Amino acid sequence: MKPFADLYDAIDRTMSTNAKVAAVVDYLSAASPADAAWALFFLTGRRLKRLLPSKLLHQWTLELTDLPEWLVEASYAEAGDFAEAIALLLDGRVFGPPARRAASHAQSSLFADPVPDEDHSQVDLPLAEWIERRILPLRDVDDEEKRVRVITWWSRLDRRELFLLNKLLTGEFRVGVSHTLVVRAVAQIASLPAPVVEHRLMGSWEPSADAWPTLIGPEGPADDPSRPYPFCLASPLEDPAETLGAREEWLIEWKWDGIRAQLIHRAGQVFLWSRGEELITERFPEIAAAGMRLPPGTVLDGEVLAFSGGAPRPFADLQQRIGRQRRVSEVAAGIPVVFLAYDVLEHEAVDVRAESMRERRARLIELTSIAESGERIADRGQRIADRGVLRISDELTAPTWAALAAIRRESRARGVEGLMLKRWTSPYRPGRKRGDWWKWKIEPFTMDAVLVYAQPGSGRRATVFTDYTFAVWHEGDLVPVAKAYSGLSDEEIDELDRWIRRHTTERFGPVSSVEPVHVFELGFEAIAKSTRHKSGIAVRFPRILRWRKDKLARDADTLESLERLVRR
Amino acid sequence: MLIEPAAGGLYCEAGGFHIDPWTPVDRAVISHAHGDHLRYGSGAYLCAEPGRALVEHRLGAGAKVQAAAYGEAVDINGVRVSFHPAGHILGSSQVRVEYRGEVWVASGDYKRAADPTCAPFEPVSCHTFITEATFALPLFRWDPPAETVAEMCAWWDEMRAAGRPAVLFGYALGKAQRVLAELARCTDRPVFVHGALVDLTEVYRASGVRLPTIQRATETARGKSFAGELIVAPLSARGSTWMRRFGDHSSAFASGWMRIRGARRRRGYDRGFALSDHADWDSLLQTIGETGAGRVFVTHGYTHQLARYLAGRSFDAQPWQTQYEGEPEGAE
Repeated sequence: MKPFADLYDAIDRTMSTNAKVAAVVDYLSAASPADAAWALFFLTGRRLKRLLPSKLLHQWTLELTDLPEWLVEASYAEAGDFAEAIALLLDGRVFGPPARRAASHAQSSLFADPVPDEDHSQVDLPLAEWIERRILPLRDVDDEEKRVRVITWWSRLDRRELFLLNKLLTGEFRVGVSHTLVVRAVAQIASLPAPVVEHRLMGSWEPSADAWPTLIGPEGPADDPSRPYPFCLASPLEDPAETLGAREEWLIEWKWDGIRAQLIHRAGQVFLWSRGEELITERFPEIAAAGMRLPPGTVLDGEVLAFSGGAPRPFADLQQRIGRQRRVSEVAAGIPVVFLAYDVLEHEAVDVRAESMRERRARLIELTSIAESGERIADRGQRIADRGVLRISDELTAPTWAALAAIRRESRARGVEGLMLKRWTSPYRPGRKRGDWWKWKIEPFTMDAVLVYAQPGSGRRATVFTDYTFAVWHEGDLVPVAKAYSGLSDEEIDELDRWIRRHTTERFGPVSSVEPVHVFELGFEAIAKSTRHKSGIAVRFPRILRWRKDKLARDADTLESLERLVRR
Repeated sequence: MLIEPAAGGLYCEAGGFHIDPWTPVDRAVISHAHGDHLRYGSGAYLCAEPGRALVEHRLGAGAKVQAAAYGEAVDINGVRVSFHPAGHILGSSQVRVEYRGEVWVASGDYKRAADPTCAPFEPVSCHTFITEATFALPLFRWDPPAETVAEMCAWWDEMRAAGRPAVLFGYALGKAQRVLAELARCTDRPVFVHGALVDLTEVYRASGVRLPTIQRATETARGKSFAGELIVAPLSARGSTWMRRFGDHSSAFASGWMRIRGARRRRGYDRGFALSDHADWDSLLQTIGETGAGRVFVTHGYTHQLARYLAGRSFDAQPWQTQYEGEPEGAE
């Protein structure tokens, strides 16, 4: 694992993107195929499913350090990172492999060790063997055996490796390198165009010694029917729409407030991928069923939305469906969803991304009308049958930019986030390439709220108070309504951090309760009733717009004023 | 109590003097020359002889400074006061105060790790020990300084090979000179410095500390390339126009806070070297044990945490509210 730890450090120790790419190239070029595949698995943000509850790691840390629990917890808060704190607490302490506790013997014999003759004190292994022979087999043993193994490894690893091991065990391992840079590095090794590599890295693939040579080989991996295409992303429109040129050159749609997703029908199966590359097919069985009505060899890009009565429902409704993995049907009955298609990436098993938006739109209209049980429509862009789960995202036909600007003002009433602008002549490009796709969002709602709680962030901001909770007035009390993490400058964060440290009134774990003094203007995209929040409302995408040093806490908004913003 | 935390600083009523006062007083006994322990305006100052030059340098002409050798007792109104090495920076001292058979030690700031710029810490037996707690959490544990310095030298070598300047930030008084002295052991190459470090470094050199040749980065030919050079700078220089001359450089911070990855990342340093002039968790406990004190007061840093931990191990331990800062995380 040392070369992998070196790679982690090399990435961690530079802000230069070229240096990061070079470090990834160096590692992948020198690594065995199995190590390269596993490294790529982690570099592309994939994670091992959690192998053990972090509570166990906490217990073993207490056991080994013999420190009071409150002090160990204070150390976690200081590091802002559980895995790192344990590595730092154990670093330099001398302890051997643990005695096996007799009581669990009988029980542990119930579990078959998949690799029975492993010598767990041997920790100098390549990455792939660490994962496959050490870490993954932990799933199949009882807690006592987990304890013996993990403490044995801990006693032999240096603090860098200990940190990485803990990150892998807790399933929170992240490397500080963007997806784009990893794609660039692999493209460089494979001498392939970046979009090709990006597509190959999508979806689910098994990290194995066989996977790596095919990923970088000229042919690429065998066709995996589930593999999605990289999403094309829009940039926020900052200049007036008139600067985009003639209105006729643009396809205009609503910007829907749902989950971006790709619907795939291939080889007799349907796959629904979220933009975060998560397979969500089973959570939306009605979309999966509608997908089966598409011709085989079809991939659509679109939006999953909670929808009823011909209009989108608040995102909060959709959230109930997202969170649900079992007994989906019960919730599904109450919260109908649709897939609003806005693009076609593959048609009749042919990748059509290089075609123009106009050509793809024509295909899309044809496809969605087929899916709607043969109910064809005559005019492009006209609303198709109002029932049905698979729909097309309507084209807006207002003839001028000014007319579109007027329509855009209806966004909030319609439950959408604004407009999407797509150039008719553009191909479907991976990633965020400025120029062809724009999002023209509406101005956010705003409120003035009082800072009431703060807690340290994670990662880069682990030792600073950067996560804030804000409250508004209700019958003389402050009721928390929003959490926000961003929107202040580094200087403001530092200033506020110092203030919080001096004005903390109470602590609950990492959370500090502060004197209600500072007022912030928050922006947010939507507001809905919520039974899950004490305030009875939930706001979407709250962020800090300004620190209102000119206002006093008593000037902040009231819950009643926010409730008036809730639609219907 | 022999010493109490009064409004202006730690006060010994029997002797009529303050230790490291933060407001002007008649008579100030000084542990060391850092700004949070040494302030202007007091009537008379008493410090350890090895720290005198720094104290006088910081106070400027006109201040009344008296010094005593380490271990030499000074009688102040019947109270015996003596200085003992604290190992923190040049001339830093623990202040031992004895009155009618009762002994207190105020440690100021201290560390136990080796440091070529100052005398090593000497444990002093006492009844009551006043300790700092800058890094009093059990995850703060320093590697041997030789290892950290070796990493620092390896970083410089790496930057030399890459043809990039290596800019190392540290506190202007103490850390900068310690780093320079450590570098003098592994290289005879000259080191470039920010002007704010020059006078303090010369005070160290005049006190007999072995240091490399230093050169102001500003006193170089116009357009000089700093490729592969090491530059030592105070935190206040970061982000200033002075930095422009170095172009694409690698930045590092030498501080105990760099033990934690997030603390380094947030500040945007490429590298962090956990080289601290304060005691780590193990050293704090070792030191408190070695003093034999039954009562401990904790002045700054993780005061509540250290006091609570000690109280759990049957010490009479309490935090004190003071204005000492320990190791600042940002600009001094």
